[in-house]
Amino acid sequence: MSDLTTTAPRRKDTPLRRLARQFLEDRIAVAALAVFLAVALFTLLGPFIVPQNPYDLAQLDFMDGGLPPGSQSFSGMTYWLGTDTQGRDMLSAIAYGLRISLAVSFTSLILALIIGVAAGLAAAYFGGRIDTLIMRVVDIQLSFPSILIALILLALFGRGIDKVILAIVIVQWADFARTVRSSAIVERRKEYIEAAHCLGLSRQRTMFRHLLPNSLPPLIVLATVKIASAISLEATLSFLGAGVPITQPSLGLLIANGYDFLLSGRYWIAIFPGVALLITIVAINLVGDRLRDVLNPRLQK
Amino acid sequence: MLVYLIRRLGQSLLVVVVMATLVFLGVYAIGNPVDILVAPDAGAAEIARVTERLGLDKPMWQQFLTFAGNALQGDLGDSFVYGRPALEIILERMPATLELTFVALVLSTGLGVSLGLVAGLWPESVAGRTIMAGSILGFSLPSFWQGMLLIMVFSVMLGWLPAGGRGDTVEIFGGLRVSFLTWDGLVHMILPAINLTIFKMSLVIRLARATTREVVPQDYVKFARAKGVSRLRITFVHVLKNMMIPVVTIVGLELGSMIAFAVVTETVFSWPGMGKLLIDSINLLDRPLIVAYLMMTVLIIVTINLVVDVIYTLLDPRVRLAGTSA
Amino acid sequence: MNRLYLTAAVAALALGTQAQAESLAIALKTEPNSIDPHFNYSAVNIAPLSNIYDPLVESDAVKKPIPALATSWTALDDLRWEIKLRQGVTFHDGSPLTPRDVVYSWCRAPLIENSPSSYATFVNKMASIEIVDDSTLIFTTKEPNPLMWSDLSQIFIISAAKMGAEETVTFGAEGCTGMGEVPQSAVFSDLGYAMGTGPYKVTEFNRGEALRLEAYDGFWGDKPDYDDVTIRTISSDGPRVAALLAGDVQLIESPPIQDIERIKGEGFKTTETKSARVIYLQLRQDMTETPPMMEAEGNPLHDQRVRQAISYAINRQGIVDRIMGGYAEAAGELLAPPMFGTTGRAVDPYDPEKAKALLAEAGYGDGFKVTLGAPNDRYVNDERVAQAIAQMLTQVGITTDVDATTASQFFSRRNKLDFGMFMAGWGSSSGDTSSPLNAMVATANKDIGAGGWNYGRYSNPVVDEKIAKALVTVDDAEREKLLQEAETIALDEFGILPLHYELTVWAMAPEVHYEPRSDQRTAAYLVEKAE
Repeated sequence: MSDLTTTAPRRKDTPLRRLARQFLEDRIAVAALAVFLAVALFTLLGPFIVPQNPYDLAQLDFMDGGLPPGSQSFSGMTYWLGTDTQGRDMLSAIAYGLRISLAVSFTSLILALIIGVAAGLAAAYFGGRIDTLIMRVVDIQLSFPSILIALILLALFGRGIDKVILAIVIVQWADFARTVRSSAIVERRKEYIEAAHCLGLSRQRTMFRHLLPNSLPPLIVLATVKIASAISLEATLSFLGAGVPITQPSLGLLIANGYDFLLSGRYWIAIFPGVALLITIVAINLVGDRLRDVLNPRLQK
Repeated sequence: MLVYLIRRLGQSLLVVVVMATLVFLGVYAIGNPVDILVAPDAGAAEIARVTERLGLDKPMWQQFLTFAGNALQGDLGDSFVYGRPALEIILERMPATLELTFVALVLSTGLGVSLGLVAGLWPESVAGRTIMAGSILGFSLPSFWQGMLLIMVFSVMLGWLPAGGRGDTVEIFGGLRVSFLTWDGLVHMILPAINLTIFKMSLVIRLARATTREVVPQDYVKFARAKGVSRLRITFVHVLKNMMIPVVTIVGLELGSMIAFAVVTETVFSWPGMGKLLIDSINLLDRPLIVAYLMMTVLIIVTINLVVDVIYTLLDPRVRLAGTSA
Repeated sequence: MNRLYLTAAVAALALGTQAQAESLAIALKTEPNSIDPHFNYSAVNIAPLSNIYDPLVESDAVKKPIPALATSWTALDDLRWEIKLRQGVTFHDGSPLTPRDVVYSWCRAPLIENSPSSYATFVNKMASIEIVDDSTLIFTTKEPNPLMWSDLSQIFIISAAKMGAEETVTFGAEGCTGMGEVPQSAVFSDLGYAMGTGPYKVTEFNRGEALRLEAYDGFWGDKPDYDDVTIRTISSDGPRVAALLAGDVQLIESPPIQDIERIKGEGFKTTETKSARVIYLQLRQDMTETPPMMEAEGNPLHDQRVRQAISYAINRQGIVDRIMGGYAEAAGELLAPPMFGTTGRAVDPYDPEKAKALLAEAGYGDGFKVTLGAPNDRYVNDERVAQAIAQMLTQVGITTDVDATTASQFFSRRNKLDFGMFMAGWGSSSGDTSSPLNAMVATANKDIGAGGWNYGRYSNPVVDEKIAKALVTVDDAEREKLLQEAETIALDEFGILPLHYELTVWAMAPEVHYEPRSDQRTAAYLVEKAE
C-alpha cells in the first residue's frame, strides 16, 4: 500500500505542486486534460479558423442545406462535415456551438457553486435556525423539477443565453448546498473539528480550512456531473422548444435539430455535434475523476 | 422523535404553500390560454364566453384567492382542456409514471451499487475501468437523444422491442392499472425504463465507487482484514454499510428528479404518464393541470426528503436530528 | 361450389393471420380530450369521433358535401332549409334514429359547461329547428347562410333517449325545451353514453393509451374494411414513424417530411394532398411609428413598396424544394386553387434585385432590422422556414432575426400585437376563401366579428364591403366573384404575404390504403385494405 521508503515531503513541495504531480501520474487523466485543452483551444480560436460564421445569416444559404460531408458549396467551399438544413457548415457550427455551450455551462456552474457552497457550509456550520431556513429554501428549490423551472423562467423572460444561465444556476445551486451540508455535517461531529474548536480556531478558519476540504470530494464528483448536466439541460430545453435563440445554435441546439434527422439518414447533422459533446464531457469527467482521487485526503499515499 | 416529525411536517406544509403560490404566480404570468383553446374560426362571443368561464377576466389576485380557497378544500380546479378536475386527471396518469420510475429506481440503485462496488474494490481492473468508462458515457448524452438511439437500434433496426406507448395493462387493487404484469406491457416498458435508468445508474456507480475507495483504506477495514476476515465479508459488512448514507441521499434526491425527468423519457417514448401530460399541458397552457402537477410533485418530493432525513438518523447515529438536539 | 367454400375456409384457418388482418392500429399526433362529441370543437376530437358518430352532412376528401344522416338539404328560401332524414338508421343499441335525436343534439351542443371551445358558434346561427314529420326537419337560420351544409356537418347526432330527454324536444326562438337533465361530458367515462350511429362502437378508452373500436353490424352505410381498430396517440414525430416502421401500427398521420424517403425505402407507402392551410407572413402596417421588435426609422411596413420588396425577396419555390422536401406548394393566394373563391393568382416572383430597388425607392436602401416571430411546433418545419426567410431578407438588406417559440407562447404574444412581422398558418374550415379573408384581411372589428386574426392590421373599406357582402350571399356565382375581388385587391396591395400551401401526408404499411383528405382527418372507417 504505502511506500515506506518515501521520505517526508521536501519543504518547497507546496500542496499545489504535490497535487499537480499526483495528477500527472495518471496517463488517461493527462490525455483527457490534453483533449480538453485542445477543445478549449478550438473553442477560442474556432472563429478564426473555420470557414463560416454560422450566426451571420448573410453568409448562409439554405439552398446549400442538408449536404453530406465533403460536399462543395456553390462558391467552391468544402463542407467537411456537411451542412444542416439551413446551410450551416457543421464544422463551423460546432466551433461556434461549443463556445456557447461551454460558456453557458461553466459560467452557470461557477455561479451555482459559489452560491451553493456558501449556503451549504453556513447551514452545516451554524445549524439551528439558519440551517432550517437554508434547507427549507433548498427543499423548495429541489421540489421544482429542474426542467420545469427552466421552462417557466424562459417562458417568462424569453429565449436568450443570459436567461439560460440564470435558469441553470437557479436549478443547480441547491444540489451543491445540500451535498456540502450533508458531508460537512458528518465532518462537524468528528473529533478534529471539536479539537479545532478547543484550540480556539476562528469559525471562518474552521469552515474553510477544515469543513470545506473535507466536503470537496463529493463536490468535485457533483461538479463534474453538473457540467455534463448543464450542457444536457441546455440541450433538453432546446429540444422542448426553449433555450438559446435558434439563429445562434449551441451544441445542444445543434443536437436537438439533428434529432429530427436521425431516422432520415442525414446522420451528420445529429452525430457530429453529439460526438463533439461526448468528447468534451468525457474529457471533463476524466479530469474530474483524477482530481477527485488526488484531492481525497484518505486516498493520498 | 414525535416532536421532530410534527415539526418537519409543519415545515413541509409551509413548503407546499410557498410552492403553490410561486407556481401559481409563475404559471399564470405566461400567455393567454384562450388563444390556444378556442378554435380559430370561432367568433368574439365564444372567446368572451371561454374567458369568463375560466375566470380569466378577473384580476390575478382574485384568481389566486379563488384558487387558494378551493385548494384548501382539496380542489385544485378543473382542467381547461379536459373540463374535469385536474387532480383526477393527474391521478389517472400517475400510476404509469410511478411504475416506470420505480422500476428505474430499483434498476439504477441495484445495478449502480453493485457495479460501483466492483469498480471501487478493483479500480485498476478491466472490469473496473470498463464500468467507469460506461458510467461516464451514461450521463454524457442527453436523455432524449439516448432514447432516440435506443428506439433506432432496438425498434427500427433490430425490431425487438416496441417504439412507444404502454401496451396492455391490467387492473390490480381495484382500478390501479399496471403494465408489468402483462407480457405486452413488460415489453413496452423495457426501453423507457432503461432510458430512465442509465443516467441515474451512472450517478450511483460513481458515488458507490468513490465511497468504496474512501472506506477501503480506513483503519477498521484494514484492521478487519488483518484479523483475517474474508474480503467478501468486509465488502458486505463495512463497505456497504458506510456507503448507505450517501447512496440514500442521492437516491432520495434523485427519485424526485427522476419523476420530473420522466417528462423527457415519456415524451420520447410516448409513455402515457403525468410527465407527458405536463408537457402537453404546457403547450396548451392548461394552467390548473400545470399547477396541480407541480403541487403533486412537490408533495411527493417533500415526503421523500422527510423519509431520507429519518433514514439518516437510523444509519448514522452521529447525525443528530436538527429538532432534537439542544 | 361447396368445395370451393371449403377450400377457402381451410385456407383461412390455416393462415391463421386472417383474424389479425381484420384488426388495424393507427397512430395519431394528438389525443382527443373527450369522447363526448359536443365537448370540444377541434379537429383533434372530430377525427377519431367521426368513427363513432355521424353528423347530418359529411364532407368528402376534397371538402365537398355528401349526405350522411340527412339525405338532402334544400333551401326553401333565404333562411329556411328542409332536411330529409335518412331512414332505417340505428344507434349502437339498436334503437332507431328519429328527428327528436337531431333536435336534442343541436340543443345539447351549446350546453356543455366546461367546453374549451364550444359548438355554440354553429348552433347560435339557427333561429329554430322544427320537426315536420318522422323524416323531415326545417332548420331556420338567423341570417342567410351560404355555407349551411358546412354548419350542418359540425354537430354529431347522439341519442336523445340515452341522454334522458323528454318525449318532446323543441328548438325555438326562446331556446330549447324538453331537454331533461342534460348530462355533462363527465358521464362519458361510462362508455355506454358514447353511442352514435357511426360505423364503429367504442369498446375501450384509456386516456394516454388507446381508443379501441369495434365495427357496428347495424351501420347504415358501407361496412368498414377493418373490424377491430386501435387508435393510439404518439405525439413525438420520430417515435410515431418508428412505430410504423416497427410494425406496431399500420397508419400514421403527419410523418415528418424528412423521414418520408426512409419510410418509402423500407417498403411503406405514403399518400398526400394539398391541405386547406396556407402559411403566410403578416406585416404590421397600420401604424406610422416603428412597430414592436423592429429597428427602423418610422414604420417601413407602412409602405406598400417595402411589403412588395419583402415578398419579392422570398424564394418560395426554394423553401418548398429544400425546407419542405417538395411536400408543399408555393402560394400566391390565401387558399390553394382551385378551391372556392380562388383566382389562380400567380405566385409572387423571386427577384432580390427588384426587392433591393424597391427598398431603395421607399427610402430604406440601407435596410432596417426586424425580428420575425414564428411558432416552432405548430406547422410543418415552421422554425426552419422562418430561418430561411430570415436568411433571404437579410440578403436584400433587411437584417432579420428569428424569435421562434412554442405555439402557446407565440399565439399569446402575437395576439397582444407583440410582433412587427410574424409567420403563421390558416386552415380554412369552410373550404372557401371567406374564412381567411374575414379573419385576416377584413378590418379588425370585434362588433361584427370581422378581422379577428388581422394582426397585420391591413385595412381597406372596399375589401371590407365585398367580404361582408359575400358572407350573406347565397348565390354561389355572385359570392365567388365577391371573394375573388376582395382577395385580389388585398394581395395586390401586399396586405398579407402567402408563402406556401402545406401538403398533408399519411404513411402506411403496404397492406392498407388511405385516401388523402384536404381536411387532414385521419379516420378508421376510411382506411381500406390495399388490393
